[in-house]
Amino acid sequence: MDIKKKYIDIFESCAEQFRKSDTDFMFAKRNEALESFRQNGLPTAKTENYRNFNIADIFSTEFGNVLQNKTNVDLNEYFKCEVENMDAEVVLVSNGMYYDQNKILPDKAIICSLKEAQTKHRDIFEKYYNSSASNFGDGFVNLSTMLADDGLFVYIPDNVRLEKTLQIINLNHGFGSKNIVKRNLIVLGENSSLSVVVCDHTLNSSNNFVIDTTESFIGNGSKLTHYTLQNEPDQSSLVSSHLAELGDNANIESFVLTLHGGIVRNNLRVRFNGEHSDANLLGLYLIDRKQYVDNYTLIEHLVPNCNSNELYKGILDEQARGSFMGKIIVHEGAQKTAAYQTNRNLCLTGDARMTTKPQLEIYADDVQCSHGATVGQLDEEALFYLRQRGISTKEAKLMLMFAFANDILMNMHIEPLKERISGMINSRLRGELSECSNCLLNCEGGNCNM
Amino acid sequence: MLTIKNLHAEINGKEILKGINLEIKEGEVHAIMGPNGSGKSTLSAVLTGNENYKVTDGEVIFKGRNLLEMSVEQRAKEGIFLSFQYPVEIPGVSMINFMKTAINEQRKYRGLPELTASEFLKYTREMKEFVELKDDLANRQVNVGFSGGEKKRNEIFQMAMLRPCLSILDETDSGLDIDALRIVANGVNKLKTPETSCIVITHYQRLLDFIVPDVVHILYNGRIVKTAGKELALELEEKGYGWIKQQLGE
Repeated sequence: MDIKKKYIDIFESCAEQFRKSDTDFMFAKRNEALESFRQNGLPTAKTENYRNFNIADIFSTEFGNVLQNKTNVDLNEYFKCEVENMDAEVVLVSNGMYYDQNKILPDKAIICSLKEAQTKHRDIFEKYYNSSASNFGDGFVNLSTMLADDGLFVYIPDNVRLEKTLQIINLNHGFGSKNIVKRNLIVLGENSSLSVVVCDHTLNSSNNFVIDTTESFIGNGSKLTHYTLQNEPDQSSLVSSHLAELGDNANIESFVLTLHGGIVRNNLRVRFNGEHSDANLLGLYLIDRKQYVDNYTLIEHLVPNCNSNELYKGILDEQARGSFMGKIIVHEGAQKTAAYQTNRNLCLTGDARMTTKPQLEIYADDVQCSHGATVGQLDEEALFYLRQRGISTKEAKLMLMFAFANDILMNMHIEPLKERISGMINSRLRGELSECSNCLLNCEGGNCNM
Repeated sequence: MLTIKNLHAEINGKEILKGINLEIKEGEVHAIMGPNGSGKSTLSAVLTGNENYKVTDGEVIFKGRNLLEMSVEQRAKEGIFLSFQYPVEIPGVSMINFMKTAINEQRKYRGLPELTASEFLKYTREMKEFVELKDDLANRQVNVGFSGGEKKRNEIFQMAMLRPCLSILDETDSGLDIDALRIVANGVNKLKTPETSCIVITHYQRLLDFIVPDVVHILYNGRIVKTAGKELALELEEKGYGWIKQQLGE
């Protein structure tokens, strides 16, 4: 069946329910996205930004409905997270639905479900929701706007610096093949800060298709740290999009770590709307077997005096395939822009494949920009050096792989998280981290037989 | 300790070693000299098991066992150490982690318990003093940003840490000023015991003023063409390699 038609059918079958539960604003946004989707559909092999992405691979599985039943089990009972050294506010998201814990954040910061935000925080919600996503023009993002059943809303008021990291745990559970579609909205007022860590925790190996879109609006003088730790089963597919809008003197640190996943596509767009802002964008993918990871980043320097620094690295083993496409656009008048982009890859076998395409478009004349991409193997001389000191080939390779990934860690700024992530990378490289380990951040109490 | 018989080796189909014979006993220091391209570095690569080189004939017996059957890391664990001519920079790997892993793998191989973190740090401090390593190389990444002299001193520090029974010093003197040379040579001399042996590969007599060899060999065109006592190095310094070529009738 035609995939485009299938999703339009899914929308129509849910439309009545959406009309009842949505505000007029929300329902109008769904319909706008539907119109755009009707015109443009999903990306194809001819879509420039999706050139290496084989959409047909995702849809070789039939996915069910998008509306999730609210789970009857008390997930808090099953899932107690105690992350050492990490002072975190933990929020559970169950198959894309905000799992109500009546979480109250300090200083009038807000976290609630997207559903609740529509009415309860109507002004903020309607000011921001879909204002960035609507002009991204991506078929999957349109789908998420059309079909999202729920998601998270986070609002940090002016002058509030949330000290605790917000840890969002995506618990995907239940059997069968599901479409899990969610939309998240993060709004930071002025001079505020927030750090968010999003972890995947799949409780059984059902083959879901997750479409996850996050819009974040970072006000003047504010800072968002946003880490995504992806760990999906081999047979799952994920399209994750993060669209960030920065004001004046704003700062974003984004990190996308892919440890496991069948087919993973990450879109990241950062737009500088105000001067003297910085973006530090990090990515790391450690993949093997027949996994496929595709990172697309678009950085738009719309105004002068902003810096973007992008570093994505990947290690591909066995028959893994990867793609990196990074575009930086320095618009006319965006003088004194500094934009740097690097993508480095290690292919450990002759069968691993990596395609990398850095792109720079510069329409201003007083800028500093650079980009570089490499695909290579482990340094044979370094390997020999380590082995000559008595270190086994296996251990020497691990040391070099870890060293390769370490660049990314050196660019992270939250110490306890850095240590955790360092440990995760190490155990992933050693093959000790399975899809269903008890949460990536070493939390306790996950029950895998739900 | 080491017996090399009729060793032939090639790289990319080109024969470099053309029948080397060498016998090194416990406690001996052997210098190997020779012009560029004579096969000195190939010999060290073959002895340490570098897979880019192919042994086509001959045998190497190390402590009574067939060395050529062993992997690179097994040779290291049996006690063969190479001080590299060009120590490689390994960004992202700390000296501490590198040395700790190496020492503990070697200890495991010898049936010794692994060193604890505090034992290891104490040992590291002692060995740094032993080889007069004042800089805090230990906190840095392996050879990254080290000067030529620092890299060579770092090799000797590793030698002190690992206590090999056969050390191969491949042009350890190249790139060293006279003070650094003295420090490096002192380290090597202090590590010398009646049970350990050393192969010193060098172009110059200078290093041999500090590390005094028992035997000097001249390697030329893939063969050892002359073997004598330490006075041979002096003669070579004076007369150059042309003298050897003349003697060989070339």
